[in-house]
Amino acid sequence: MDFKNVKEYLGWLYYQYLLITSIYVLEPWEQSIFNSVLFSILAMVVYTSYMVVPVHVHLALEVFSGICGEQPESTMALMN
Amino acid sequence: MPRAVSLHTSPPQSPCVGSEWTTSRNNHVARNASLYNKPFVEQFEETPLVVAVLTYMGYGILTIFGYLRDFLRDWGFEKCHVARERDAQKDFVPLYQDFENFYTRNLYMRIRDNWNRPICSVPGAKMDLVERVSKDYNWTFEHTGMVVREVINMGSYNYLGFAENTGSCAEAATASNSVYGVGVASTRYEMGNLDIHEEMEQLVARFLGVESAMAFGMGFATNSMNIPALAGKGCLILSDELNHASLVLGARLSGSTIRVFKHNNMVSLEKMLKDAIVHGQPRTHRPWKKILILVEGIYSMEGSIVRLPEVIALKKRYKAYLYLDEAHSIGALGPHGGGVVDYFGLDPKDVDIMMGTFTKSFGAAGGYIGGKRELIDYLRSHSHSAIYATSMSPPVAQQIITSMKIIMGEDGTTLGADRLRQLSENTTYFRRKLREMGFIIYGNNDSPVVPMMLYMPAKIGAFGREMLKRNIGTVVVGFPATPIIESRARFCVSAAHTRDMLDTVSYRSHKPS
Repeated sequence: MDFKNVKEYLGWLYYQYLLITSIYVLEPWEQSIFNSVLFSILAMVVYTSYMVVPVHVHLALEVFSGICGEQPESTMALMN
Repeated sequence: MPRAVSLHTSPPQSPCVGSEWTTSRNNHVARNASLYNKPFVEQFEETPLVVAVLTYMGYGILTIFGYLRDFLRDWGFEKCHVARERDAQKDFVPLYQDFENFYTRNLYMRIRDNWNRPICSVPGAKMDLVERVSKDYNWTFEHTGMVVREVINMGSYNYLGFAENTGSCAEAATASNSVYGVGVASTRYEMGNLDIHEEMEQLVARFLGVESAMAFGMGFATNSMNIPALAGKGCLILSDELNHASLVLGARLSGSTIRVFKHNNMVSLEKMLKDAIVHGQPRTHRPWKKILILVEGIYSMEGSIVRLPEVIALKKRYKAYLYLDEAHSIGALGPHGGGVVDYFGLDPKDVDIMMGTFTKSFGAAGGYIGGKRELIDYLRSHSHSAIYATSMSPPVAQQIITSMKIIMGEDGTTLGADRLRQLSENTTYFRRKLREMGFIIYGNNDSPVVPMMLYMPAKIGAFGREMLKRNIGTVVVGFPATPIIESRARFCVSAAHTRDMLDTVSYRSHKPS
């Protein structure tokens, strides 16, 4: 399947989304309800991850670097 | 759950894109390979896991919206199109079971425009459809007055192309109309036995290779009204899992004990036969009066062919009777059009009761039963259909006679042989083409019924509509007729299709699915 432009490709992607989630058979107002609910859930997920993930990643890196930083010292100490 | 794929002799004949071969539970491959004189290749690919999960999710979403709509209808926010009791009767015992119709109301109605399409020409290789629109989402339809012309017909059971309004069949039927008229105005038993019926029955018996045959006006009624005459209380019926509704109805009406064996699975059938003979009837342990095995030639939803050599071997060993329903296979399989018996090269006398219909390959209507002379004479006087149902209309009987003579080659032309050859070429070509495009196709490689899996509920509606936009008429099948996640589009290949038409269909079906 070759697409003339990006617009056609996006249209095809939207059509596949409609088919896979079975909203294709619903009436337009039901489709709007489903799309808005899905969009709001996704927005909440993105927002939460934006607030939460960098802090946790920073903390995790600290912990791991702490462990890795200590390890060579202790083995050196054992050898000596 | 994997379905057994059994591969009897040679490797597959066509490359399968993205298919998985499950080789578990080969049913008696080594023992029974000698019963088949050609490779028997059937494929029932397992549903891919991702697709199954997405299908369930799709049905879940539709169920939630179904509940929402039911709520709105109950509380009056929306107009209700479904049958309801009057307000004064609301306190009575309910007449309409709302919950059972949940699926019909909320899923079927939304894509209802894919079924019951009115056809306004002969349903040959191409047909004309009446255009209709619906303004309230398929609750009511209006005809616009326009006709969609030359739609390629992939849904009619027109295997040998006898659904036509020109040619020798149509002329003979018109001639018989001038002699006999259309209505018979009686039952076979009383005053409705015309000489054209006798001629047709003798021809059918000769075509099948049996001693005697009897014809009925309706194929469904042939099964449902004759099985009660053959089996009764104290008999055992072993019926295949996927048998047609007419066989199931006939078995239930007969009052016998019914046991169901797994589809086309000879291990399951043999185990049931052994249990039946060893243990006898349930409480008294007396031997069964008779054991009747009900199978079909081609199963129309799966496209699979019955393993007839093995069934006959089992039947002879355990002394059971075989009832073979060749609704889709008569005229469509076999080098001479003789059905599954011809296809496997077996003796028709091994099958006790050969039943079939004239609707599919002969372009007429009705059913027949063939077998030994004593059996048919018994049925003539004891079958409900023979005693109470109106006999077959003379033009229909004449159509059967003419088309059967063409298939047998007795009319002097090679039209019959040409059509049989064309059908098997079309079948092989079409199946191979669809497989190469990557679709999941069920069934035997030689069966003209081609089920193409769609799985998701929205794809059922989308496929039907998109194909109609591209001028191809298809039949899509969903839940009650198939398991819930295995919905499919069913193509019926016909001898009247040309290679161009098949190319068009396979090319155009790529986009919608």
